[in-house]
Amino acid sequence: MASALWDWLVEPFQYAFLVRAIWVSAFVGLVCAVLSCYITLKGWSLMGDAISHAVVPGVVVAYALNIPFAIGAFVFGFGATVAIGYIKSKTRLKEDAVIGIVFTGFFALGLVMITKIPSNVDLFHILFGNVLGISRSDIIQTLIAGCLTLIVILLRRKDLLLYCFDPNHAKAIGLRTGVMYYTLLSVLALTIVAALQTAGIILVISMLVTPGSIGYLLSDRFDHMLLYSVGSSVFSCVFGTYLSYHFDLSTGGTIVVVLTGLFILAMIFAPKYGILAQALRQRLSSGQASPTPYSPDEESNIMADHP
Amino acid sequence: MPTPSPRFDIAVDNVSVTYNNARLALYNASCTVEPGTITALVGPNGSGKSTLFKSIMGFLQPNQGRVRVGGLPVQKAQKRQLMAYVPQADEVDWNFPVSVFDVVMMGRYGYMNLLRIPSPKDRRLVMESLERVGMVKYRDRQIGELSGGQKKRAFLARALAQEGKVILLDEPFTGVDVKTEKRMIDLLLQLRAEGHTILISTHDLASISTFCDRVILLNRTILAEGNTADTFTKENLEMTFGGLPLTKLHQVFDGVEVQAS
Repeated sequence: MASALWDWLVEPFQYAFLVRAIWVSAFVGLVCAVLSCYITLKGWSLMGDAISHAVVPGVVVAYALNIPFAIGAFVFGFGATVAIGYIKSKTRLKEDAVIGIVFTGFFALGLVMITKIPSNVDLFHILFGNVLGISRSDIIQTLIAGCLTLIVILLRRKDLLLYCFDPNHAKAIGLRTGVMYYTLLSVLALTIVAALQTAGIILVISMLVTPGSIGYLLSDRFDHMLLYSVGSSVFSCVFGTYLSYHFDLSTGGTIVVVLTGLFILAMIFAPKYGILAQALRQRLSSGQASPTPYSPDEESNIMADHP
Repeated sequence: MPTPSPRFDIAVDNVSVTYNNARLALYNASCTVEPGTITALVGPNGSGKSTLFKSIMGFLQPNQGRVRVGGLPVQKAQKRQLMAYVPQADEVDWNFPVSVFDVVMMGRYGYMNLLRIPSPKDRRLVMESLERVGMVKYRDRQIGELSGGQKKRAFLARALAQEGKVILLDEPFTGVDVKTEKRMIDLLLQLRAEGHTILISTHDLASISTFCDRVILLNRTILAEGNTADTFTKENLEMTFGGLPLTKLHQVFDGVEVQAS
């Protein structure tokens, strides 16, 4: 009986394509989780969403020109952020409006191109990812984009964190904040390119926001936040890919459902910032509070007593 | 006997700033912060104090005019680590996962190599700065877990660790208890004695004449500047705070005279 269950559990691992898919998605989970900490702290979730949608025309163009999809995707993703920055500085529009206009414009252009330009781009795979059927060249591109991201973050992690925390101080000590801005945008675009095959453009934003948010709820030290983020993300990618094969589910969808489940757990049970812990603290402190509520009269009395 | 370090002035020359919504925040502002002084920047809310600070620090580009620090353009002065800035409390994300020690260490980044790996000297200066503001025992706290006064002291320690010769403090005494305010003023007086140039913006009119050498009065433009005794007068304050009921100003001003005597 036990051995039958065991066989059932390990059966998927006989397939090289599945093992490969699990490795690739774990790697993507790692890259997304690391960047996720910076993106959530900087408040750039919407920017991530914008870039992920804006890469679509790049993928189509890349296939049409027969160049690696990662290059086309990166050029268009990064181009969208430049366009956003330019329009924002030249018009009186607010940033969220500009982001909305630019990313839907790019995305729509991509849709139109897919239907007109002959290529074997499968819209469904772009939208929702296809890690179980990932090709060798796609894996190589994912690895290159992901490794580039990790290297850049590893080398510039302190400056990027300072830039997220206090860009004014970065400027005051003579650092070039413009360079940091574009560095963070570039690695964001690179990460999205890396995650394209795993999560697809619709769900990649989840992998860029949720792990960092889990870490942020669980700790107020950055290195711990990073660990929680990477842990939850890699676990979700591995477990989600495995489940999706076993039960014949959408891979990107399963990964994000698992990840969101972890987020809900963290949100409720986080030791300090969880809903339960906060409710408990509130109850404790209201129990200890002095029975007389604050009244403005008391304060004026104190003032009157003062010479 | 330490050799006297060079002193640096701030020269603001005809600076005007208009924000995106076409509101003129500052016009034709010209003033000088004399080297080695503590200078107070005084004006009502919305008078452009923060705008002038941001122009001096290069956080925003004035539409017109220029700022020099020690004769250098602001960017050059910043590259030489001449300028430190202590932000207002509401400009900081207090939920950010950094400790007091991390924040003070950020004052040293400009001296480090590209990887920002702290040297023993960086660590020593961070600890010394924490000690000067009395924050050593709070160094591992996340910054949101500090009281109002401790928060200010943490960022003051960052400015000390940076060893900037010109220090700008934006509303350093808001949300700070009297005891901490007094300690901070003592520290500012020490820094002045070491040759630092200090510019503070403040609402707290009562304490100005106790420690500020010079005063700059601001309401959209520079209304007056000079020695505290000559400039910080009832007439000038009434002109600057024109909107305030005069009786309230008299109280403030009487308070000043009592403290000064």
